[in-house]
Amino acid sequence: MFEAIAFYLFAFLTIVMFFITVTTAQALYALTALAAGMIFISAFFFILGADFLGAVQIVVYSGAVMALYAFGMMFFDTTRDLKEKKGNKFIIVGLSTLAAVLVVIIFAAPMVTNNITALYPIAEGVGNTQAVGVVLFTKYLIPFEVAAVMLLVAMIAGIVLAGKKMDLSLTEMSDAEIRDMRKEKNKKVLS
Amino acid sequence: MMEIGLNHYLVLSTILFAIGLIGVMRRKNLLMLFFATEILLNSVNISFAAISHYYGDLTGQMFAFFVIAIAASEVAVGLGLLIVWHKSHNNIDLEQMSTMRG
Repeated sequence: MFEAIAFYLFAFLTIVMFFITVTTAQALYALTALAAGMIFISAFFFILGADFLGAVQIVVYSGAVMALYAFGMMFFDTTRDLKEKKGNKFIIVGLSTLAAVLVVIIFAAPMVTNNITALYPIAEGVGNTQAVGVVLFTKYLIPFEVAAVMLLVAMIAGIVLAGKKMDLSLTEMSDAEIRDMRKEKNKKVLS
Repeated sequence: MMEIGLNHYLVLSTILFAIGLIGVMRRKNLLMLFFATEILLNSVNISFAAISHYYGDLTGQMFAFFVIAIAASEVAVGLGLLIVWHKSHNNIDLEQMSTMRG
């Protein structure tokens, strides 16, 4: 009963938030709605008994990813309205729905035949975090390490890409200086 | 109706995935495109967690963790590239990123 109420409430809220994210013309509204939607999604994980996944969802998405987007948005001019692609709306909605249904069929096809057996069954009498830890550090140790290396690579790439010329401030330079700098950079790119 | 089963979660995941795809197709701004990608990844995470719960198998949750890790690194690299592009071209519209067109 309560599970059903919680499911429908959070399903409604998530859909509304993500709909705002993809339709609004203001970048700030989209960011805020996305953050809210991420937190509502973690509610589904808690309902499903995946407590650790829910906590990770809140920490990573509304903590790290949203903070990164907020920092990124400081570089861009977010006050002007976003332009949209002009296309046939029915084609867009139709194609999206078709692709989404296809994804679910791909997921559901092995289950319809009912030959799924649990490879790593959830152990009785231990919490979700403990069970996750046991499986993650035994059966999934190598993917875990590979993911760690991937995150390190992403971190270095982010620093190298965004950190270039961070010591120069475009707001404190005069227009002529900025023009000279751009010209010099173009010359470097062309040569 | 009152008993929430696996199908409810799969339908919800479908709806969210469709919303994300609509976002990918109609946005011109690259930052908004990244937001739509996050929606796509999250909708798949929901179905992973639901299948994991209803089949009593932890593999789904493991995959959801790796999806979250990939999403985080995608954001880091993507935003770095976006900042570099914005510094040199002063906009992040997709239409202007066709310089590699043959």
